[in-house]
Amino acid sequence: MMLGPAEIPRLPRLKEQSSIAASAGRIWGMVLRYWYVIRSSWPRTAELIYWPLVQMLMWGFLQSYLAQTTSFAVKAAGLFIGAVLLWDILVRSQLGFAVAFLEEIWSRNLGHLMMTPLRPAELVVALMVVSLLKLMVAMVPVALLAYFFFGFNLLSLGLAFAVFFANLVIMSWSLGLVATGVVLRWGLGAESFAWLIVFVFLPLCCVYYPVATLPGWLQPVALALPPTYVFEGLRAIVLDGTFVGHLMLEAFALNVVYFVLGFAAFAYFLQSARVHGTLVQMGE
Amino acid sequence: MLASSACQPAFLVAHFMQKPTSHNAGSPPPPVEARKLRKVFREVAAVDGISFALANASVTALLGGNGAGKTTTISMLMGLVVPTSGEACVFGADMARERHKVLHRVNFESPYVDVPMRLTVRQNLEVFGRLYGVRDLKGAIAEIAGELRLGELLDRPYGKLSAGQKTRVSLAKALLNEPELLLLDEPTASLDPDTADWVRNKIESYRKTRQATIVLASHNMAEVERLADRVIMLEKGRIIADETPAELIKRFGRANLEEVFLAIARRGASDAGVAP
Repeated sequence: MMLGPAEIPRLPRLKEQSSIAASAGRIWGMVLRYWYVIRSSWPRTAELIYWPLVQMLMWGFLQSYLAQTTSFAVKAAGLFIGAVLLWDILVRSQLGFAVAFLEEIWSRNLGHLMMTPLRPAELVVALMVVSLLKLMVAMVPVALLAYFFFGFNLLSLGLAFAVFFANLVIMSWSLGLVATGVVLRWGLGAESFAWLIVFVFLPLCCVYYPVATLPGWLQPVALALPPTYVFEGLRAIVLDGTFVGHLMLEAFALNVVYFVLGFAAFAYFLQSARVHGTLVQMGE
Repeated sequence: MLASSACQPAFLVAHFMQKPTSHNAGSPPPPVEARKLRKVFREVAAVDGISFALANASVTALLGGNGAGKTTTISMLMGLVVPTSGEACVFGADMARERHKVLHRVNFESPYVDVPMRLTVRQNLEVFGRLYGVRDLKGAIAEIAGELRLGELLDRPYGKLSAGQKTRVSLAKALLNEPELLLLDEPTASLDPDTADWVRNKIESYRKTRQATIVLASHNMAEVERLADRVIMLEKGRIIADETPAELIKRFGRANLEEVFLAIARRGASDAGVAP
């Protein structure tokens, strides 16, 4: 009887390949790979913090100025800074995901990776973990500065913050999946797509204004995007002191759909790259 | 339980083989097998219906000029490119559909594919060791570092190494999982003669000690003569010669493989006396 690939004895040097532990080991290997890159370069770490810090300072000072001149700004203290910090969670998490993947192409390492037993889903999980790590590196110092400079404590949002955070991060992963899929298929010519995709959502997700501000025809588009619910939820808390739970549930439901679609797009583009031969041509 | 794979049934394999192989129903599948392998990019056939099977513990050189189809063939054997038709099989697994069943038994080395530049040699080996699920990773890295004289380089960033040092690191990465199948794409390109000779010695030694099957793409004909026991020559995506280096040299009446290669490249396959 002929042996199938699964029945051929394992090499003594290697561990069992198909177990959950083996899968976790591969994911950990990739997380380490990206962590080593972050650790090896202080300019890269500084770059993670730079834009969130600039944004936070600009909106913080603007809010301080407005608070001196308008009663609304006094009432809505923290609205702009809160919106900036939440928006940066979406942006930094998406970029953290996509840029980690771009590292593979910049370093011409994709061919090596695709030849290892690493599964696409494991690569995606590793990128998700790394995006969270980068998010922590970027946002913790900025959130602390927001507290000490402008008296805004993100954690004062309590449970709502956890829910906002989760919704934004899941959405960022969905965007990251599409962005990396596009780069996989079309190579570095599509790199700018990975950097810019998230900014399409800045006007549509109503970061700094209510959905009602948008023209009627655009409002359904905004309401189809999970981050819109987060920013509406933030305004409800800051202005009215209420946490609108059903908005967050709707956001979660939408996020599940987007994440499934994002992963399907990633898988499709990966397969398409194998058909078109672009995986072996990746590089600067 | 038998794995269902287009690459498994031996009686069908024999039907499709351009050259007969020794394996039959009941024997393990060959390490590498191409069956009517074809890849078309934008209506141009980069690989045009080639078939071959490699014996266990053999070294086979894939030769051909630029655009002959070597890289596409190797890419299909690695599962990085999906064939338009036919099958690329490795250890009985169809690489287009079930590559993850066998990838832990395979590795490759190419000077054209880097490992991350910013990571140190040790970090790179650690990452790849985890991806391959290497047992006692620390010990394995120490062992391979000793074998490949990497001890002093382990804590230096890969990007700051010389070409020869990078090749040694790439080779360490390629041997870390003790692959049964090793794919080498111009393993000594841009190396000085001494380092190139050292690399060839290591490849020979690894093949002997581990009984590994090696596929070698190279433009260095002296290297091919020394390492390979079989040459598959490609032109325009087709196999135009498939024999031992000695047989090829004898058939062409030339002094060495380099002259054979030049004769084929300059006169075309039919004029040079090789059957397409």
